[in-house]
Amino acid sequence: MSQDNILLRVEKLTKHFPITRGIVIQKQVGAVQAVDKVSFFVREGETLGLVGESGCGKSTTGRTILQLYRPTSGKVYFRDQDLTQLEGEDLRHMRRNMQIIFQDPYASLNPRMSVGDIVAEPLEVHRIGTRKEQRERVKELLNLVGLNPYFINRYPHEFSGGQRQRIGIARALALNPEFIVCDEPISALDVSIQAQVVNLLEELQEQFGLTYLFIAHDLSMVRHISNRIAVMYLGKVVELAERNELYANPLHPYTQALLSAVPVPDPVVERQRQRIILQGDVPSPVNPPAGCRFHPRCPLAQEICSQEEPEWREIAPDHWVACHLV
Amino acid sequence: MAVAELPQEQTLVRKQRSLWEESFIRLIRNKVAVVSLLFVFVLAFVAAFANYVAPYDYAEQDLMANNSVPKWMLVILPANAENYVRITDKYPLGADHLGRDILSRVIYGARVSLSFAVVASMVSLIIGTLYGTISGYVGGRADDVMMRIVDFLYAFPFLVVVILLQTYFKALGRASGMTGFGAKLLEINDSMGGMLFLFIAIGLINWIGMARIARGQVLSYKRKEFVEAAHAVGASNSRIIIKHLLPNIIGPLVVAETLAIPGYIFTEAFLSFIGLGVNPPTPSWGIMISEAVPALRSYPNQVLVPAVFLSLTTLAFNFLGDGLRDALDPRMKQ
Ligand SMILES: Nc1ncnc2c1ncn2[C@@H]1O[C@H](COP(=O)(O)OP(=O)(O)O)[C@@H](O)[C@H]1O
Ligand code: SF4
Ligand SMILES: [Mg+2]
Repeated sequence: MSQDNILLRVEKLTKHFPITRGIVIQKQVGAVQAVDKVSFFVREGETLGLVGESGCGKSTTGRTILQLYRPTSGKVYFRDQDLTQLEGEDLRHMRRNMQIIFQDPYASLNPRMSVGDIVAEPLEVHRIGTRKEQRERVKELLNLVGLNPYFINRYPHEFSGGQRQRIGIARALALNPEFIVCDEPISALDVSIQAQVVNLLEELQEQFGLTYLFIAHDLSMVRHISNRIAVMYLGKVVELAERNELYANPLHPYTQALLSAVPVPDPVVERQRQRIILQGDVPSPVNPPAGCRFHPRCPLAQEICSQEEPEWREIAPDHWVACHLV
Repeated sequence: MAVAELPQEQTLVRKQRSLWEESFIRLIRNKVAVVSLLFVFVLAFVAAFANYVAPYDYAEQDLMANNSVPKWMLVILPANAENYVRITDKYPLGADHLGRDILSRVIYGARVSLSFAVVASMVSLIIGTLYGTISGYVGGRADDVMMRIVDFLYAFPFLVVVILLQTYFKALGRASGMTGFGAKLLEINDSMGGMLFLFIAIGLINWIGMARIARGQVLSYKRKEFVEAAHAVGASNSRIIIKHLLPNIIGPLVVAETLAIPGYIFTEAFLSFIGLGVNPPTPSWGIMISEAVPALRSYPNQVLVPAVFLSLTTLAFNFLGDGLRDALDPRMKQ
């Protein structure tokens, strides 16, 4: 695969949340290293899946890319524009190109606003069209996400989780963005609704040429929708590859462990499936292990793993991994 | 994308209502709250139009009828009252020791109590909400400093300061022939029947509690995803505060403020009772009680009438506050 048409490039992106102590005179006593020197890119029109256990920094990565959190260090290039350098009006203007869909369909809609006002907010903020044109556009958007435009005056509490998620999608689409961070958009939904929402996202992607960063906490959820998949562990992206390549040829021990937990539909293969059970718990991101962050739990860990941080390398075309043994 | 792919029948038949409308419906279904609300409305109406409603002026004296009592009231007076009391039906609730109509004074007194409650609650609601919202929203060091100031003020004995100030202005101020700003304040205070300092004092004391509630509410909402969504589309901070935070946090603040009103009314009554509230002859329930206490044994009705109004008003605001709380947030019930 070529490296052209790169829409978004993340370079050594780092987000540490400071932990402070003291009342008036504050001292920083540590930091939650939620995301640490993460690098990857997203091609135009593709879906990059981002997978990892809860708390490994996926949401922080998504929000830092969108500059909802300002990064501690590192760069985020959208086309050739460095988002981390943008401030004020420039950043506000840039936000039209990138949006986010949230995990919790209940927390992501203001309960005091009607559906019409929620979906129209991006248009109002960017002063697009008259009040009447905005309402027309909202109806069009509701239609687009499979909701009856007749619902425009309703309030979020009158909708089911899946319907609310559609409202959130309509809001994200209002400004015609090119790039959308989907932060576990289906994790909180009933299994029966999940497929519908994924299908909707795929249809919209096709229709508008959208680019997604699709976050999920297990591999089975992203397999269907992603072109490429990045695996995250404790603030680091440890492996990134084209979807089929990742499933067929996982190189990082953590990816292998994750994959071993995914049930296989084929009963013969399923019976032979050997689960790799990882020892211990995920360490705290406040004091992550030195060297390879995975080394205390890695079944293959060597001496060097606790001393040196493995390099993030492209081991084969479009297959990236950070492990000393690969 | 077929519209029918989701089970939508449920939402199709239901009427569209905002959370405010649903809260309002819950409130008017609560009989105690409705009765309390009516009571407060009637009292407010009567207080506002006291000039028309009250049968007499609050300062009008009829010395021939001092300490008089209408016939029906004898039942609440001591058994031997008939030996010493003047009986006349001219004054529906009797007259006080200066021959002033008690009913009229209670009505004018409602004006003092309610305007005090309204001003004090508005002052503390506005200052507290602004302060708490900004502190919580800005966060970080500014929040720490602002909350430390609040902690300090909380420990400060404002009521004592108010009592000292009132004493000073009421006694020394006049005697020493004060000039300049102090005299001006005194003038304004006098023209308000002595309530200016009370307003300021109560506002100053109570915004602190409101600020804490507002800050707590803002903290619990500002990380909500709908607020992040607003940031993500580029909404300004003021828009986020006005459109997203305030509508969500105002309910608990209004409830807390309603429940604080009895406290304001009592504070006014208390200060007036000890002679540091409104200036006579302006009637307030506290002053009426205080003036009637010396003759409590002979004329308990003169204490009882303002006391009953005070209690009923207090109860009404308490019930109303409870009703509002249940209506605004059904989850908080039990
Ligand atoms: N605003 C924040 N302040 C401090 N710590 C945070 C904040 N947001 C997230 N974290 C911490 O960063 C880590 C990564 O969180 P998150 O990105 O939400 O993980 P994920 O989305 O993968 O579940 C967690 O340890 C979390 O506690
Ligand atoms: S670098 Fe070492 S510890 Fe880390 S994944 Fe590779 S083998 Fe395991
Ligand atoms: Mg998350």
